Amino acid sequence: MLKKINLLFFSLLAIILASCSSSPTQQDGTASDTSNNSSSSVNGSNESAMISGASGSSNPDIFEDTSTQEVLSNLLIYFDFDQSDVNPEFNSTLLAHGNRLANNSSITIRLEGHADERGSREYNIGLGERRAQAVRRLLLLQGASNDQITIVSYGEERPVVIGSNEESYSLNRRVEIIY
Amino acid sequence: MILFSSQSLAQLRIEIRQGVERPIQIAVVPFTSQSLSSSEISNIQDVIQSDLINSGRFTTLPQESMLSRPILPSDVDFNDWRILDIDALVIGRIISSGQDQFTIHFQLFDVLRGEQLLAFRLLSDSSSFRSVGHKISDMIFAELTGITGIFNTKVAYISQLGVGDTSRYRLIVSDIDGENPQIIADSPQPLMSPSWSPDGTQLAYVSFEQDKAAIYIQNIEAGTRTLVSDRLGINGAPSFSPDGRYLALALSRDTGNLDIYMLNIDGQVLTRLTRSPSIDTEPAWSPDGQVIYFTSDRSGNPQIYKVDTRLGGNISRVTFEGTYNARPRLSPDGNQLAVVHRGANNNYRIALVDIESGLTQVLSGGYLDESPSFSPNGSQIIFATRENGSGVLSSVSTDGRIRRKIASVVGDVREPVWSPSLED
Repeated sequence: MLKKINLLFFSLLAIILASCSSSPTQQDGTASDTSNNSSSSVNGSNESAMISGASGSSNPDIFEDTSTQEVLSNLLIYFDFDQSDVNPEFNSTLLAHGNRLANNSSITIRLEGHADERGSREYNIGLGERRAQAVRRLLLLQGASNDQITIVSYGEERPVVIGSNEESYSLNRRVEIIY
Repeated sequence: MILFSSQSLAQLRIEIRQGVERPIQIAVVPFTSQSLSSSEISNIQDVIQSDLINSGRFTTLPQESMLSRPILPSDVDFNDWRILDIDALVIGRIISSGQDQFTIHFQLFDVLRGEQLLAFRLLSDSSSFRSVGHKISDMIFAELTGITGIFNTKVAYISQLGVGDTSRYRLIVSDIDGENPQIIADSPQPLMSPSWSPDGTQLAYVSFEQDKAAIYIQNIEAGTRTLVSDRLGINGAPSFSPDGRYLALALSRDTGNLDIYMLNIDGQVLTRLTRSPSIDTEPAWSPDGQVIYFTSDRSGNPQIYKVDTRLGGNISRVTFEGTYNARPRLSPDGNQLAVVHRGANNNYRIALVDIESGLTQVLSGGYLDESPSFSPNGSQIIFATRENGSGVLSSVSTDGRIRRKIASVVGDVREPVWSPSLED
C-alpha cells in the first residue's frame, strides 16, 4: 500500500516537473559548466539564452533549470538496512534523471547496486541487484528506455567507507548512477 | 593458550585460541640423517610437530626437555618418557637411497603401554619433504585420535590489499597450514566465491574483471582457464557437483532477480531449478548430488531451501530458526548444514543445522562471521571473521572444542574454501 502511494506521488511530481521544465537538451552537463558558459551567450538564440541565464537571472523558469542541474548532480541513492524500496527523499533525483534519459535517447547509464558488509556475500550481490532494479523501474516510469540502462551489482565487494558501524553501513547501501 | 607461528613463507599464521581440555602429550624426537642439513631435516620434523600442535589436540615436548634422543626402536627407554608424562613418542630417520632419493623411517609408540603403534617407511625426494611430513602427521593423528588426518589438504581464499581504486583482489591457494601460497588470479576488480572441483585440480570463481560478474573455471596446476558463464545479469555462486560434471550457479538473466541453475560444464546445457521473484542463490550440493540446498528470501527473509536436482520444482524449506540463515554448505556425511546465522544482538555467526531435526547450534562468536566450509573429514569448519577491523580466517571443530585463528600476514583475507582430500 505504502509503495503504491509513493509511486502515485512520484508520478504526479513527474508530470508537474515535466510541465515546468523546458527543452531538456540544455540540461546536460554539470552545474558548473553552465555557469562558465553564462557570460558569452546572453544575447544568443532562445536556446542558448536559457543556458546562459542560469547563473544570474531571476526568471523563475531559469531558476528551475538550475535546481534541476543540482538534482542531476546527485548520483547516489541510499537504502535502508535489508531494503530495496527507494525512499521518497530520492524521488526528485530520480525524476530528474528519468526525464533526462527520456529526452535524450542517446544517453546511457549504468546503475551499480551495493550492499553493506553484513550477511553473506552472494546474497548481498542479489540485494544490490534488487536495489539497482528498483531504481531502474522508477527511471523507466519516467520514460527512459530499457536499452539506456545497464545494471551491475557489486554486493558488499566495493564499499565506499570501511567500518563496522551504522554510519559506514548506511553510506555503503547504495545505487550509483554512472553516466 | 598455546601460541604457535609457522615458518616465514606462509601468508597465513595459525594460532590456537582454544584446544581440547586434555590434549595428548607427544614427543617428536629430532630425526637424524647422514647426508642432510638440519634445516632440510626440519622440513619433515617441524612440519609434524606444528601440524599436531595446530590441530588443537596435542601438546609437544620441547627438545631441550628430552632425557634421551633415541634413533632406532631398540634405543627407546619408555621410562625416560613416562617420567615426563608423555603419552606418545615419535622417532625417525632419513636415509639417502640414491640421487635426491630418500627413505624416511618413522615409528610411533604408546609410552604408557610400551608398545609400538606404527612403523612406516616413505620414499621421497627432498622437494616433497613438507608433504611427507604432513602425511606422517595424518597417520599419527588418525592412530591417536581416530579421526582422518587433513594435514595434506589445501585452502583457497580471497585476499584484498587496499581499498577503492587501488584495491587488488587475489584468489590464493595454499597448504592448509598457510605454506606454499600460490596466486591463482589477481585483479583490480573484485574476485569472489571460489569452489573446488571434486578432484581438487580446478577452481570455479567469480571475477568482475569485465566490469560485470562472470564465472571462470581455472586449472590450478596449468593456470589455464575457461569462461563458463557471462550471461546477461548476475553470474554468481558457482558450485561443482560431486561428480564434477555440473556447476550449480545463480543467474539473474533478463528477469532481474536470482534463480538457481545447473550448468552441464562440457555441453553448456543450462537447467533452471527455481523460478521465483525472490533472491535464490548460494547453491550447495548434497554429497550424493541429488539435492541442492540454497538461500532464498521467498518467505521475506533469507532461509535455506532445497530442490531436487532431477525433478526441479520440488522445493521445500529447511531452516526455521531465526530470521537469517544463508550460504549453506553440506557436511561430508550430508547430515548437517553449516550456515551464516543471524542471532542475538544481530550478530552474524556460523551455525550448524541438523537437517533431519532442524536443531541449530551456533559455533562461532564473532559479529560478522561468514563463508563456512567443512574440512573433508567433517571435523572442522573454516570461516571468515573480522578482528580489529581486519578480515581474518578462523576454524572451529564441529564439537566446538577447538578454535583457531588464521591471520593473514598482509591484507584482508576471506571466503576460505577447504579443498577436498588430495591424492598426490
